[in-house]
This record gives sequence, C-alpha cells and structure tokens, in this order.
Amino acid sequence: MPDKVRFHFDVDGSDFSSAGAASVQVKKKLRQLAYPPEIIRKVSIAMYEGEINMVIHANGGVVDVEASDEEIVIVLSDRGPGIPDVDLAMQAGYSTAKDNIRNLGFGAGMGFPNMKKYTDYMRIDTEVGKGTTVTMKVKL
Amino acid sequence: MKIREIGELLDAKLLTGEDGLDNEVSSACCSDMMSDVLAYVKDQGVLITGLINPQVIRTANMMDMVCIVFARGKAPTEEMIDLAAECGITVMCTKKRAFEASGILYCAGLSRKSEAKDA
Ligand SMILES: Nc1ncnc2c1ncn2[C@@H]1O[C@H](COP(=O)(O)OP(=O)(O)OP(=O)(O)O)[C@@H](O)[C@H]1O
Ligand SMILES: [Mg+2]
Repeated sequence: MPDKVRFHFDVDGSDFSSAGAASVQVKKKLRQLAYPPEIIRKVSIAMYEGEINMVIHANGGVVDVEASDEEIVIVLSDRGPGIPDVDLAMQAGYSTAKDNIRNLGFGAGMGFPNMKKYTDYMRIDTEVGKGTTVTMKVKL
Repeated sequence: MKIREIGELLDAKLLTGEDGLDNEVSSACCSDMMSDVLAYVKDQGVLITGLINPQVIRTANMMDMVCIVFARGKAPTEEMIDLAAECGITVMCTKKRAFEASGILYCAGLSRKSEAKDA
C-alpha cells in the first residue's frame, strides 16, 4: 500500500449511461494497490451511491479520492440544487426520484443510509441553490 | 453450483466470461432495482435481472458479483458486454422470465445452503 495516492474525476451529469464509471475506475485502482477486498467493497459501494446521486439529483460534479495506509477519503462535490432537509434525506426510503429514475433501477431512497452503513465517517455539507459536498472516510 | 450449470439449467446463451464458467456460486439475487441490490446484497454471486443499462454491470462490479443473467430474452448492448468483460463478470441471457429463472435455480439448490437439498 502506498503512502498517499489521489484520484480526481469529473462526473458528467448530462449522460446517465456513464454514471458509475468513476467508481469502476477507483475499484480497479484500489485492487492494483492491493487494498483488502472488504475495504475496497465498502469504498466502492459508498462512492458509487454518491456518484449516482450526483448524476440523478445534481447534474454531475467532481469526485476526489485520497487513499493512504490509514484511510480512504472520498469527497463528492456538486453545484446542484442542494438538499433542504438532510435528516429527512438520510432516512431509509426517502426519495425525491420520479418514475423515470426508478425505471433506470434507482430511487429507492437507500443511497444515503447505505453510504453511512459502509463508511466510518460521513458528512453532508449542502446549501439550497448552491450545491452539495459529501465527505466519507473508510478506515483501514 | 458452477456458473456453467446455471447456464445449462436456464438454457441460457453465454455473452461473455467463458473463463468464469467453472467458478462456484452459492446464492443469487433477483431484482430490477439496483438501489436494492446495493442495499441488500451480501454475498450473492449471481444477479438475475430484466433491467438493461450499464449500471447493471457497474452495480454487480461494486458488489463483487461474478455472474449476471438477463431474463425474458432481453439482450444487453455491446457496450455493456464489453464493460462486463473488463470487470471479469460472466454474462448470459435466457428466454425465461426472471421469476421462472429464479425458481429453477432455487430448486436446484442455489441460495439454499443451510437447508437439506431434498427438504
Ligand atoms: N447530490 C445531491 N444533490 C441534491 N439532492 C440530493 C443529492 N443526493 C441526494 N439527494 C436527495 O436526497 C434524497 C435521498 O438520497 P438517497 O441516495 O438516499 O436516495 P435516492 O437517490 O433517491 O434513491 P437510491 O439511492 O436508493 O437509488 C434523494 O432522493 C434526493 O432528494
Ligand atoms: Mg441515491
């Protein structure tokens, strides 16, 4: 495992077909760096949920991942509509997704609870009309 | 059960991942909601679905699943098959509906690890 490695991705919000591609790349890289499989699984699921959210709720954004021998930090930032009530958004089953999103296989309101479940630290900074930044850490 | 047997039981057409046919799997999950797959799958190695988009492949990759069966004769795109090949996932498609495909695999012992086979 390396001292510190950083990855940066621009997530295109206009093209759903590419949603999740950055997470696939990160998973591949963490495998090459020989992180333990259960750590990679947690990071993959948490980042993928965040990346999909960014595309379906916020029209895209940027993801930064920093991996060291102590922890993996994932920061997802967007300039989308923001989240008016974070406590409500964190509840399992709460979703503002419409049928068009559900037809794509998402919008069950399980993303945030899942991100919380698979990470050791999660923080949502958001402002309505400005955007959202989600920070997550998985400890080794 | 070997992935090869899944293909035989479902009369399925192999689309990619011949290398994985001898891999052993013990349980499966059937869903068109990738949100639910992400939230509820634990160690299921096989995903049976009727949904067609690249997120099916990416979701299976995130969950470390090794085989995807597309039901009801739905055919994944070339792009999806390439992505699965890149992720090392075996992909097949069957004419059977998802419910029927699941039932056949369940009866053959998949996802019934803790039960006696003939119970
Ligand atoms: N980046 C974001 N920008 C704006 N709103 C967001 C963002 N991420 C999540 N939300 C809001 O929080 C709600 C809950 O998100 P969560 O990921 O838990 O569920 P979902 O995305 O609706 O469904 P699922 O994740 O199960 O596919 C969303 O429906 C949306 O209203
Ligand atoms: Mg979500």
